[in-house]
Amino acid sequence: MTSTLEVIKVGIADMNTVKAPQIIRTSGLGSCVGVIIYDEIKKIAGLAHVMLPESSLAREQKINKAKYADTAIIELLALLLKMGACKTNLRAKLAGGAQMFKFSGGSDLMRIGPRNVEAVKKELIRLNIRIISEDTGGSSGRTIEFNPETSLLNIRTVNQGTKDI
Amino acid sequence: MMNYMNTISSVHLDILKEIGNIGAGHAATALSTLLDKKIDMTVPDVKIVTFDEMMDMAGGPENIVAGVFLRIEGEAPGSMFFLLPIEQATAFIQDMLDDQHFDLQEWQTNELALSALQELGNILSGSYLSSLSDFTKLSLYPSVPALSIDMVGAIVSFGLVELSQVSDYAIVIDTAFNEEQKMEKQEVRGHFFLLPDPDSFSIIFQALGVSDHD
Repeated sequence: MTSTLEVIKVGIADMNTVKAPQIIRTSGLGSCVGVIIYDEIKKIAGLAHVMLPESSLAREQKINKAKYADTAIIELLALLLKMGACKTNLRAKLAGGAQMFKFSGGSDLMRIGPRNVEAVKKELIRLNIRIISEDTGGSSGRTIEFNPETSLLNIRTVNQGTKDI
Repeated sequence: MMNYMNTISSVHLDILKEIGNIGAGHAATALSTLLDKKIDMTVPDVKIVTFDEMMDMAGGPENIVAGVFLRIEGEAPGSMFFLLPIEQATAFIQDMLDDQHFDLQEWQTNELALSALQELGNILSGSYLSSLSDFTKLSLYPSVPALSIDMVGAIVSFGLVELSQVSDYAIVIDTAFNEEQKMEKQEVRGHFFLLPDPDSFSIIFQALGVSDHD
């Protein structure tokens, strides 16, 4: 018997939340980081597709909170708590932060992937959310899908196959 | 800084279209000469789009493409992408290497194929940029192009890093091209994306004698 699961898609610099049996997905992560915060017991999860490490980089008046690691994670946390998640049950998984292109020189711009990963982790640690697993770095794009029913994060790449973490 | 999107008028969009026309026109000619094939090019499309919409212009974030990325350095910095559907990239490489059995499964291990594709990117972006530089009289030069065969989302988002610090929208100068006869199949089109950095727009407009607020 097959059942069709409802998949909620999250775009770039965006975030959303789901409750089992829904699953949540974001496609084509490169230097961006997909961070999932979930409550294993209540089976609630949120995903943010983070593009930049810090909102201090912003040169815009109105900030899109989902775009920056330091504003996205705290916002996602607030959304999950509002849905009834329990702060002490919250765990995190993350994927992305690749270096898609290799350049000589290696300016800060080129290191954006690793910088995004560092910023996301720093923020999760600051908020006392334990990181259960991660698949970060490398030079491959990733499409990720999280199922709050199983707490598994499925990661699909073009060149490195598929895995669950 | 001012929200640069709000200052863009239809005159500006026409200028950007002309830039795409000239740049991609020269690049298409270079491609045609290199492969000894007729290459068709669409009229450039200049669009103000969300980042997600930009991915959709190249077949969606999960579509697998061969992407050549380079930074434009000089007086009007920006990013440029040359995106090829895998089928088209394979056909081009087969022609360049004169090996009709070349298979895209060999991508990662075939050094020769990778450097052929890189060289293709080099030639095309070089001709696009030099015609742009002639037209605007601005000094523009390309970084060494970098190659990646991966998902559109992963490739294109990298070129949005500069832009994303200022806006959630991109002004994309998009020119699609294809080998003649395959034109009816949208999905096998290649794309040139030119993404000037936010501060470069007014520099380009001024270089062409149009003020920011025309």
